[in-house]
Amino acid sequence: MTSNVAPDIGKTTQVYRIFIRATPQAIWDAITKPEWTQRWGYGLRDEYDLRPGGEYRGYANEGMIAMGMSGVIVDGEVIEADPPRKLVVTWRMAIDPAMRSEGFTRLTYEIENGRDGVSRLSVFHDVAGKPGYAAMIAGDKQGPGTGAGWTWILSDLKSMLENGVAMAR
Amino acid sequence: MTDEDRVFKALADPTRRALLDRLFVGDGRTLTELESALEMTRFGVMKHLRVLEDAGLVVTRRSGREKLHFLNPVPIRLIHDRWIDKFTERRVLALTDLKRKLEEDSA
Repeated sequence: MTSNVAPDIGKTTQVYRIFIRATPQAIWDAITKPEWTQRWGYGLRDEYDLRPGGEYRGYANEGMIAMGMSGVIVDGEVIEADPPRKLVVTWRMAIDPAMRSEGFTRLTYEIENGRDGVSRLSVFHDVAGKPGYAAMIAGDKQGPGTGAGWTWILSDLKSMLENGVAMAR
Repeated sequence: MTDEDRVFKALADPTRRALLDRLFVGDGRTLTELESALEMTRFGVMKHLRVLEDAGLVVTRRSGREKLHFLNPVPIRLIHDRWIDKFTERRVLALTDLKRKLEEDSA
C-alpha cells in the first residue's frame, strides 16, 4: 500500500490489536510481571503497583545496563487495573529528555476471551498532540532496534507466548 | 478460512485498500468521514469495513456517541514476519552470492 500524503500522526489514539493463543491470565502476567516483561519487546523489568494511583516503573535490563543505560527507562502511574482484563496507565519515556518534554501518554490494554483458546489483546495508546511519541510507537524502523513500535512489540509478545521464545532473543 | 486468508482477501480489493490508506493518513474516523471520500453508498462502505474488521485490519471504538474506525497494522506486520522476511532474505542472499561471483571472476 502506498500513500503520497504524510500520515497525520500525533493527532489521535493509535490502536493495535493481536490475537494470541494464550489465556487472558497468561497475557496479563506477560504484561505486568517483571519476570515476564524481560522476555519480550524491549525487555524492561516492569514494576507495577496495581491499584489506582500506584507507581509504574520500567527499569533497564542487563543488556541496557551493559550499554551504559541504567535506572528508570519508562515511568507512569496506574489509573485502572482490572486483572486479567484491563490495565490503564500513564506512560512516558523517562530516560529521553525530548520525549519527556512531551509529557505523559495514556496507554490502555484490554484482554478478551476469543474462541478456541485464543485471546484478543487490544492496545489503545493515546498520543494526541505528542508527535514524538506518535512517530515512536508507530515504528518507522524494523525491530528489534529502536523505533520498532507496537506492531513489532506485539508480534514479539505473540511469539514469546505461543512458541516460548521471542523473535528478538 | 485462517486469519491470514482473511487478511489477504481483505487486501485484495482496491476500495478496501483505499479505506486503509485513508485511515493511515488520518486515523480514528467515523463512517461518514470515510464515506465522503468514496463514490459508493453508505451500505457499500459498511460492507467493506466489515470485511476489514473481520480480518483485524480495522478496529472500531466508541467515543461518546460516535463509532470511530482505526487502522490496525498488526496483521500486516505478522504477514511481513511470516512471508516477506523469508523471501527478501533469500533475495539479499542471492545478491550477496552474485557479488561474490562477480568479484571472483574479476580477480
